[in-house]
Amino acid sequence: MSAALAVTDLVAGYDPGVPIVNGASLTVAAGEIVAVLGPNGAGKSTLIKAIAGVTPVQSGSVFLGEEDITRLPAHRMVRHGLAFVPQTENIFTGLSVEDNLLLAAGILKPTERAGRIAEIYRFFPDLARQRRLAAGRLSGGQRQMAAIARALIVAPRVLMLDEPSAGLSPKLVEGVFARLAEIRAHGVAIVLVEQNARAALAIADRGLILVEGRERHEGRASELWGDPRVAELYLGGVRA
Amino acid sequence: MIGFASYAFFFLTTALSYAIICLGLNLQWGQTGLFNVGVAGFVGIGAYASALLTTPATDAHLMGWGLPIAAGWLGAMLVSGTASALIGFATLRLRSDYLAITTFGVAVTIHLIALNAQRLTGGPYGIAFIPRPFNEVADRPLLFNGLNLALVAALTFVLYIASERLVRSPWGRVLRAIREDERAAASLGKSPSLYRLQAFALGGAVMGLGGALQAHFIGFIAPDNYLSSLTFLVWTMLIIGGSGNNRGAILGGVLVWALWSASGVAIGAIVPAEQQARAAALKIVAVGVFLALALLLRPRGLIGERTVVSRHLDE
Amino acid sequence: MNLQFLADGILTGAMIGLGAIGVTLTYSILRFANFAHGEFIAWGAYLALGVASASGWLVAGAAIPIGPLSFGWGLVLALLIAMPLTGLLALALDWALFARLRDKASSITVVMASFGASMALRNLLEFLFTSRPAYFSRELQIAIRLGWGVRVTADQLALVALTAILVISLNLVLSRTQIGRSMRAVSENRALARVAGVDVDHVVRVTWLIGGALACASGVMIGLVVQIRPFMGFDMLLPLFAAAILGGIGSIPGALMGGLVVGIAEALSAATVGAEWRAAAAFVLLIGILLIRPAGLFGARE
Repeated sequence: MSAALAVTDLVAGYDPGVPIVNGASLTVAAGEIVAVLGPNGAGKSTLIKAIAGVTPVQSGSVFLGEEDITRLPAHRMVRHGLAFVPQTENIFTGLSVEDNLLLAAGILKPTERAGRIAEIYRFFPDLARQRRLAAGRLSGGQRQMAAIARALIVAPRVLMLDEPSAGLSPKLVEGVFARLAEIRAHGVAIVLVEQNARAALAIADRGLILVEGRERHEGRASELWGDPRVAELYLGGVRA
Repeated sequence: MIGFASYAFFFLTTALSYAIICLGLNLQWGQTGLFNVGVAGFVGIGAYASALLTTPATDAHLMGWGLPIAAGWLGAMLVSGTASALIGFATLRLRSDYLAITTFGVAVTIHLIALNAQRLTGGPYGIAFIPRPFNEVADRPLLFNGLNLALVAALTFVLYIASERLVRSPWGRVLRAIREDERAAASLGKSPSLYRLQAFALGGAVMGLGGALQAHFIGFIAPDNYLSSLTFLVWTMLIIGGSGNNRGAILGGVLVWALWSASGVAIGAIVPAEQQARAAALKIVAVGVFLALALLLRPRGLIGERTVVSRHLDE
Repeated sequence: MNLQFLADGILTGAMIGLGAIGVTLTYSILRFANFAHGEFIAWGAYLALGVASASGWLVAGAAIPIGPLSFGWGLVLALLIAMPLTGLLALALDWALFARLRDKASSITVVMASFGASMALRNLLEFLFTSRPAYFSRELQIAIRLGWGVRVTADQLALVALTAILVISLNLVLSRTQIGRSMRAVSENRALARVAGVDVDHVVRVTWLIGGALACASGVMIGLVVQIRPFMGFDMLLPLFAAAILGGIGSIPGALMGGLVVGIAEALSAATVGAEWRAAAAFVLLIGILLIRPAGLFGARE
């Protein structure tokens, strides 16, 4: 089976002399959640930002199925089926919920937009009730749902999320992650960058521990969870 | 030969007075990153303040206190510096563009006051009989121009040394740190607004002094000396010379003034009288294009800033 | 009290408002205060003058006044042609200058470049047309009495109506269309807009076209009720900025309301303090708003 997303030896960062991601590789299959974990400053966020075309890539490659999408500008990535939910400021607070979705639907054919938005509303009924509200007035959990909904509008093959649990209560995190599991069931490949290793490994199929810009350990989520070397990384045994 | 030397002295005197204005602007822009679009306004404030303080009593305008020239220059620095501080107080905590917009408004408003507050400023007729330094020897042009040049050169030198010391002082390092990374500087307990305000006021005071010097060397000022083309000229001087570098500011002032006045002489000689206004307009177009090209191709100017940015504040 | 100042102020305010909309759009989408925006007003007026004169040469009757108005259909045509042309001028300036600086220099360097560009553009007009004023029409108009001592001309009513049409259409574009949503999105969060699939370069181009076209409309209005001079745009710059900040950067209705406030304040100060001081009204308002409420009177967000 060919991977939905295949990243090979990626080197990326704003300053070419000081790459933050330094030779990281990653593959995700359709219908699979891969959790990217690691200590603070390991380059987790930069890795998915570089894949999404937000952070400059110095070398390495990013393939979406058979297509080479390395260094495509961010706004073109979506058209190829790669959606990205940033950690903060991930919705347009001044636009209504519906305008947020309509904006993202802009790359679909005009005839498809309304139908797709209706589908998304069926998946997120809370948002349907709040569609006229300015997105900035949503609660924290709903905000995160709106951001994910915005990313899903284009029916992406790959969905990447940067710390979707940040700032949410455990109960809300559970709700968000339950949604991710449902999205996986639709065959979407998901890359989940997380500080919250426990919650992430609980739903992930595989996990990747990133240290100093490249993967240190990789394996099935259940194995990583029990691995003492992984625990050590998180307990501060290794310099971040 | 004596005529030429005398003219050269006069030319250099004016050029150095621009260099002083550039030093003031460099303190605001080069060291601190504050964009002042109202240079003409602050120069004008200094010129008018000094003129009003030092001219003999007259019916043409208010004040005319007949004070010594030095008192006029100090007054010019004080008034320009205070005006800058007030403007800075209103805008420096906001986005940098707001300072640009507000200083632009200052220049427009100062011009308006100079033109219309006739009782204070003499209105469109301006102010005449501004005492000239060394006026006792005005009948001997070489000596007169030479003494004036010596005076302005000494002042430029003093301001240059003072600016250099400021740049190297802890105060100057904080300024540059704020320019490079405001949050990092703020996290070290330095109040960016206060430092910016000080730099802006100080720069404004130096510009005011430059304006006062020019007023006294020429002996006559009028509102139209202080239009946006003056601001534009000073900016071009600083950008060409190299912002952030005090020697660059002086070099730019002299060099651009030389080009500017030479092209003025050339237009006067070549272009027929009825077309001279058009030619002058074309000259400004050329400088505008020149400035744009400099920004695009050589943003560091002839002598760029030496990298003395304090690394220890980058963490 | 004679309310004539109110009528004058609304008309001036409409012209300021149209220009301020362009300023506020470029400020919120490109993140810099464009000092060359006033020149789009002046160039717009001269471009319209050029087209109107050409139409007068080519077609007899183009300059014959329509009904009670002072101008003929030639000027209407000229406005329709000069608006996109001014938009193209803005686009060309962006291509030649701003776009090249945007990526590598700080935003304040772009402001400086716009200041240089404004000097060059203004003086180019002076070189081409000299500082002698020009006029679209020399027809005299009879003012209509509206009561309370207010008199307006048919031209003035038509121009206020034109402003209303332009502002309402622009608001519809921004609230109902995909490009409008994209513009609002880029103005709020450029990076997220990219991630959401918005082609920011396209949005920037549309912004210049709209800003330039509205500046042209403003210039034609000034040309009709005052006169056409190379400095006409420069003189508008301070009122434009004051209006955009009063209205809250990024807000279209705010820019128009800000324009009306500045226009009425100018007319009021002209009626009370003296006409020579009207330009100071914008400065006083600007300082006042920056001290009291820098987010603007109508701005929703900081």
